[in-house]
Amino acid sequence: MDLIQIRGVKKTYKNGVTALYDLNLDIKKGDFVFVIGSTGCGKSTLIKMLYREEKPDKGSIVIGGKNVVKLRNNKVYKLRRQIGVVFQDFKLLPKLTVYENVAFALEIFGLPKNEIYSKVIKVLDLVGLKNKAKHYPTQLSGGEQQRVAIARAIVNGPKLLICDEPTGNLDENTSMEIMNVLEEINKLGTTIIMVTHDREIVDKLKKRTILLDSGRILKDYEKGTYKHEGIKNN
Amino acid sequence: MKALRIISRNIRDSFKSVFRNFSLSLASISCITITLIVVSISIILSYNVNNFAENVEKDVTIVVFLDTNITPEEKDDVEDLIKKIEGVDTYTYQSKGEIAKEMMESSDVFNNIMSSWDDEASPLQSTFQVKVKNIEQIGDVAKKIKKLDHVGTVKYGEGMVEQLVSVFEIVKKVSIGIVIALIVVTAFLIANTIKITIFSRKREIEIMRLVGASNINIKIPFMVEGLILGILGAIIPIIITTYGYSALYNNFDGQLFSPFIKLLKPEPFIFYVSLVLLVIGILVGMFGSWRAVKKYLKI
Repeated sequence: MDLIQIRGVKKTYKNGVTALYDLNLDIKKGDFVFVIGSTGCGKSTLIKMLYREEKPDKGSIVIGGKNVVKLRNNKVYKLRRQIGVVFQDFKLLPKLTVYENVAFALEIFGLPKNEIYSKVIKVLDLVGLKNKAKHYPTQLSGGEQQRVAIARAIVNGPKLLICDEPTGNLDENTSMEIMNVLEEINKLGTTIIMVTHDREIVDKLKKRTILLDSGRILKDYEKGTYKHEGIKNN
Repeated sequence: MKALRIISRNIRDSFKSVFRNFSLSLASISCITITLIVVSISIILSYNVNNFAENVEKDVTIVVFLDTNITPEEKDDVEDLIKKIEGVDTYTYQSKGEIAKEMMESSDVFNNIMSSWDDEASPLQSTFQVKVKNIEQIGDVAKKIKKLDHVGTVKYGEGMVEQLVSVFEIVKKVSIGIVIALIVVTAFLIANTIKITIFSRKREIEIMRLVGASNINIKIPFMVEGLILGILGAIIPIIITTYGYSALYNNFDGQLFSPFIKLLKPEPFIFYVSLVLLVIGILVGMFGSWRAVKKYLKI
């Protein structure tokens, strides 16, 4: 079953730059998909449209049976609750502890305290940071900070996890640690879409890989068939 | 239950973030404090000016001189008619005997001359002193009284009173205008200060949106924060108003320069002013936050 169906999506920014031309893409539930391509190929636009930070000019994006293009602005939060997003720069709140940063995503739902506690501890355990719950982000390494961000993204059990170059700021070993965590999450049933520049990771993990070039899908490698011809401007 | 938890979380978090972002909060608080002090001073000034104007207006009376040879029955008729005139508030009657007595008591010269007069021979005229409800009607009321039988001269300080009335009207309108203008300016000034402080928390709003907070969910904590800032900002102006005005009042014995200019009694006046300051602080704080956050909630 497809979790995401993208049909005929076109996006032109106000400054006249066309980021995507007539994009069609299906992503199955439980998949792990890499999106690669050189800078400015439209990968950021693509994932921004998935969590409705950008709206396409044409076409439809159906996630879990709902067309998010038609979603009204004041209802966007309902979509966001089903999607976790992880960024290159972590986007943690520096004045909150690790625990509070993760709990932040649950508190807005008005869950009872003990429920929040058990969920946060469970997810911190999953990313291996249970013993650092009381630390502040600045006291953590980059890899640890990214794991906190991942914990926050998945704490309310989203169907889809979007990762925008999650290893972009991290060294090789730490990157692999993050990838292990992501694979673990994927095994638990969460669909993951990850934008990356990191050739090595894509080589090693052998997942389905979509190569974008100037707003079009150049190649769609099935699981395990990727050879690193795609990434040039690295 | 769920809504209750969300509300209590909002209030708790708002308090936390006021103190977590203390230097920024301090900027907003001091902005509110300073402008509220100015607002307070202008409210106190304008109310005292109005109070002074009202006191002066209350003192203005129409003096109605009756005919010298008026009989008590005729006097009663005139009294009945004056009572019925629209706009008349209170009146007092002074017979010529009373006036003579008053005059004789005030000076020996008068005493010598007037002691030989009896009521018939007295050249004095009995009077009604009439006060009007609204000073603007004084001219009309005087005209109506003038037309009555047995009424001689009617005096109320023509010309002077009209001028006084128009000056006070202008002063009232201007002072109310200044207070309103100040409040509006304060609102935008504070709104902008809060906007700057919230700008530095763009990331927080961004993350809230990412993890699925609805717009209301994001706005409420910031508005509660604005409310807290408003209350904190109003504390010093309220203290200054309460103690400062009482001290001023006591220092001047309740009057400024002459007994003619009376200050308003501190109680309950200062409590009203304090309440107004608190309400302005709260509304302006919430309005500022609401405006500032709104900007970041567009997609």
